[in-house]
Amino acid sequence: MTALLYLASSVAFIVGLRRLGGPRTARNGNRIAALGMLAALVITLVSQDILHWGTVAAGLAVGTLLGGWAAVRVKMTAMPQMVAAFNGFGGIASALVAGAEVLEGDLALLPPETLVSIAVSAVIGAITFAGSFIAFGKLQGVLPGSPFLFPGQRILNGALAVTIIGFGISVVVAGDDTSFWVLGGLALILGVLAVIPIGGADMPVVISLLNSLSGLAAAAAGFVIESNPLIIGGALVGAAGLILTFQMTEAMNRSLANVLFAGFGVGGAGGPAVMEDRPVHRATPEDVAIALSYADSVMIVPGYGLAVAQAQHAVRSLADELEEAGITVHYAIHPVAGRMPGHMNVLLAEADVPYEQLLDLEQADPRLPQTDVVLIVGANDVVNPSARDDPSSPIYGMPILNVDRAGRVIVVKRSLSPGFAGIDNPLFYNEKTMMFFADAREALEDSLTALKQL
Amino acid sequence: MSPLLVGITVFTLAAFVGFEVISKVPPTLHTPLMSGANAISGVTIIGAVTAAGLASAPLAEILGFLAVVAAMVNVVGGFLVTDRMLELFRSRADRERAKR
Repeated sequence: MTALLYLASSVAFIVGLRRLGGPRTARNGNRIAALGMLAALVITLVSQDILHWGTVAAGLAVGTLLGGWAAVRVKMTAMPQMVAAFNGFGGIASALVAGAEVLEGDLALLPPETLVSIAVSAVIGAITFAGSFIAFGKLQGVLPGSPFLFPGQRILNGALAVTIIGFGISVVVAGDDTSFWVLGGLALILGVLAVIPIGGADMPVVISLLNSLSGLAAAAAGFVIESNPLIIGGALVGAAGLILTFQMTEAMNRSLANVLFAGFGVGGAGGPAVMEDRPVHRATPEDVAIALSYADSVMIVPGYGLAVAQAQHAVRSLADELEEAGITVHYAIHPVAGRMPGHMNVLLAEADVPYEQLLDLEQADPRLPQTDVVLIVGANDVVNPSARDDPSSPIYGMPILNVDRAGRVIVVKRSLSPGFAGIDNPLFYNEKTMMFFADAREALEDSLTALKQL
Repeated sequence: MSPLLVGITVFTLAAFVGFEVISKVPPTLHTPLMSGANAISGVTIIGAVTAAGLASAPLAEILGFLAVVAAMVNVVGGFLVTDRMLELFRSRADRERAKR
């Protein structure tokens, strides 16, 4: 009976995940999955002969309050790091389950397959935890976003991985307790070392991969306690995270290995070209307003700068004003704009931007030659022509929005500093380009005021 | 079949289901999907509750308690945050209807 009820909750996970994939059904799908989780939890509480009700109840209450508080308070712009943090908690939970199992009894008495599961759960869980919180720190700005590299880094990581496998064998073959704790500690260190050399711009890929890992850690914990719903849920998430990871690296035209090991953004083959001496055309709000008012079609390209400045409502107001004047407005959403796939869609949806105005890369790019004005708000690498023209550029080959094919380009940006990837952008020095150096929200609001006064 | 073989079978089939279900998602929904999937990975709460509730060693009970807290943060936070994001995707008409 218990097994059948657990099966129902596993089916809820599958149905929920499937419905999460469609715009109309997504919210419903999330709730179905949540119900499945609640069911799994209740079944566990009822069917296990729980001895320590106080401990369990306190844990559930504290976790619910902490998670609920964080989820309600977080701003939409900080969503990527929030997901990273939650993911880290999931990872450490699986590692702790393995740790509790080790403390319970004599490891030497457990069958080898359980020992393998214990070791795997601990290692993957600890790596997920440490890696997720480094990713959190980089996105939150607590840690520097640039890659942290030192000589021999890869050799050290490799040696660490080999050592971990060695202690893992010691756990499985000799049933050695001490080896288990060393194993967990080393996995935490590896989690930190594996993520610090990766630049902030690549964090979405890392989070997605760590999400997949946290699923695998849960599945391994499922093998430890022989629980099918845990194995099913873990395997589902493992597969989901992996697919998302590959879709993201594909959108950047890079391999996963390149993301993980290249120390992207510090040099590359040609290094960032030095062009600081070249002149740029600076624009005032009035220049922007005039350029926009003479256009028949405007394409807005949002990037992380829009998210940071919370400018989604300001951009919507400006677009409304333009549309009232009979100007066609579209938004071009590059797959890796922002810090997560779909990040820009979430923000623009928050500002009630009509769904039909959002174009993806394939829809937007062919329209650019017929577009009069492109307004780039806080995006950089996704419109960098180096990806098309300069084989020595680290982002060469990444699909971009070819905004330099449009009539005029207005770039709203805080400063001339290179983007998250640390690569200079020749677009800024293009004849067609006007640079408006300001906070995105202020820039858009000032431009709107200027537009109304024309 | 031994429990191990059953486990491996279940794992393999579930992974394939995961690949099939997820490969058709539009990019717009990737962020909520990642967040929702992340919440599902909190299913390790089952293991955490078992570990905390059945522990015989005091230290194991403490580790179990911490596991319950961490897994619950993952579950509750994950589903709530996903719901918040998806609420934004509802059309304005839907939201006005909801207000009435």
